[in-house]
Amino acid sequence: MTAATVTAPLALARRLGVGAGVRHTLTLAWRSLVQIKHNPMELLDLSIQPVMFVLLFTYVFGTAISGSPGEYLTFALPGIIVQNALFATMTTGFGLNNDLTKGVFDRLRALPIARWAPLAGRILADTVKQAWSVSLLIGVGAILGFRLGNGVLGLLGAFALLLAFSLAAAWISVLVGVLVSEPDKVQIFGFTVIFPLTFTSNVFVPTDRMPGWLQHWVEVNPVTILADALRGLLVGGPVVGPAIQAMIWAVALAAVFAPLAVRALRRRV
Amino acid sequence: MTYAIRAEGLVRRFGATTALAGVDLAVPSGTVYGLLGPNGAGKTTTVRVLATLLAADSGHATVGGYDVRRDAHRVRQLIGLTGQYASVDEALTGTENLLLIGRLLGLSRADARARARELLARFQLADAADRAAKTYSGGMRRRLDLAASLVGRPQVLFLDEPTTGLDPRSRNDLWDTVRGLVTDGVTVLLTTQYLEEADQLASEIAVVDHGRVIAQGTPEELKAKTGGQVLAIRPADPADLATVVAIAGEAAAASPEVAQSTVTVAVNGPGVLPAVVRRLDDAEIPVAELALRGASLDEVFLHLTGHRAEPDAPTGDDTPSGADLERTPA
Repeated sequence: MTAATVTAPLALARRLGVGAGVRHTLTLAWRSLVQIKHNPMELLDLSIQPVMFVLLFTYVFGTAISGSPGEYLTFALPGIIVQNALFATMTTGFGLNNDLTKGVFDRLRALPIARWAPLAGRILADTVKQAWSVSLLIGVGAILGFRLGNGVLGLLGAFALLLAFSLAAAWISVLVGVLVSEPDKVQIFGFTVIFPLTFTSNVFVPTDRMPGWLQHWVEVNPVTILADALRGLLVGGPVVGPAIQAMIWAVALAAVFAPLAVRALRRRV
Repeated sequence: MTYAIRAEGLVRRFGATTALAGVDLAVPSGTVYGLLGPNGAGKTTTVRVLATLLAADSGHATVGGYDVRRDAHRVRQLIGLTGQYASVDEALTGTENLLLIGRLLGLSRADARARARELLARFQLADAADRAAKTYSGGMRRRLDLAASLVGRPQVLFLDEPTTGLDPRSRNDLWDTVRGLVTDGVTVLLTTQYLEEADQLASEIAVVDHGRVIAQGTPEELKAKTGGQVLAIRPADPADLATVVAIAGEAAAASPEVAQSTVTVAVNGPGVLPAVVRRLDDAEIPVAELALRGASLDEVFLHLTGHRAEPDAPTGDDTPSGADLERTPA
């Protein structure tokens, strides 16, 4: 009888070290990034859309709003970077929902890997994509005449602030990704929420050009606050005030949505 | 006899529905054990509990001697899981899918690559190794899925409806693979809706209905319980149905069923068919169809539970992911 393969429990590791979890996270991030190779559309999403936004807004609205495309670019580019970053957070929920509905998430969870690695790997990969988009936007902006007011330090600060805020906002995306029944609904959510949210900020149009009632909202909109902070870091002007406010927003978003998202995920799987 | 899987009194509720109402299992090491039942019987929920994906509300289970709750991480080092739905990453190539699993299991880059190549060759996927899995056919995806669950050389393999939606040839290939695994000493827990599949592969079967194991035994034992075979009689004139029911019932000493102008009755001896034919002839009832066939899952069910298996009944596995796993492709 071949039955005696499991006579006694084998000597297996009882739990995982943090180092192993980090390795799993890196491997899963690799997986998310390799996907791009087979889905060139995603690369277009990551690259062409932001560039198109910069070009369209600069040349179509630039003169009307700021007097010249060059001046408008200085005003709008930091905000466009914010808008792009918020849209990019939706990829986290989209990919997560895809994994959940297709059964990939179950396969991963049945492996002896860190429980947090699938989510962390995804967020890490999305952060890399985020960095790519921001670099591209700054690069295109530079070609069109955008000049950094605070040098490399300001740029790094902007990067850091943007990533911190995106990581916090990604929890909203995770929550949506867990709650909806199919990936496309994550995108629908993204468009219906992020579009109005970013357009009712001072990203594209200065606050004082809007109707009075709208100005009240624009001033407290976190997108305005983050855009102001990025303007300060990339172009010049006040930094500390808006940066602190943006960080408070980030902490608040994470504090509310991270537990909700994790709870929803536990309930779903 | 050692048991690779043991479960005692597993209960799991989803809201108002009870998916598992006390499941007991004892799966001997190195065998294929079939979990047979209709959609929503609780098969997938059972597998998810045993594969550490879902916590039972009560009861406990061990895999390879380890408790699936307290020692989940150890259990995961022993098992492989292949769902009803190919759970490979469709955006990755076959090679990349297997590399991903290999790397997550701690293999070196070179070892993971070698293992991927070996498995792709074994499952006739070498030619498609560098194509995205979304371009694969259903059978190829299922093979890749199975390969992915074998990367870590599991001792216990869960196959959740592995052949649902496969064409007969792919199904036979998969059956051969499963037999090969058992030869290598792997224990396989297979869920299926098809009696034939359980019959072909499993040395023991548990019939599951409404979250309970309602019968357990070898395929032969189970089929013996239903008489093994079923006689189907369709009279040329539906007006004769009542007479046919009476004749069949008397000859087989069992209560016949009527559906779609056809009378079916469990056959429990060699004398039944000739007796029925003789009496039909005596009564001068013209018959459009008369057939002796193997007991179907339906008939095993009917016999064991007193009700027919209803694939469209509300499922007990009605969680979002559970529902996905148990859905039958159109």
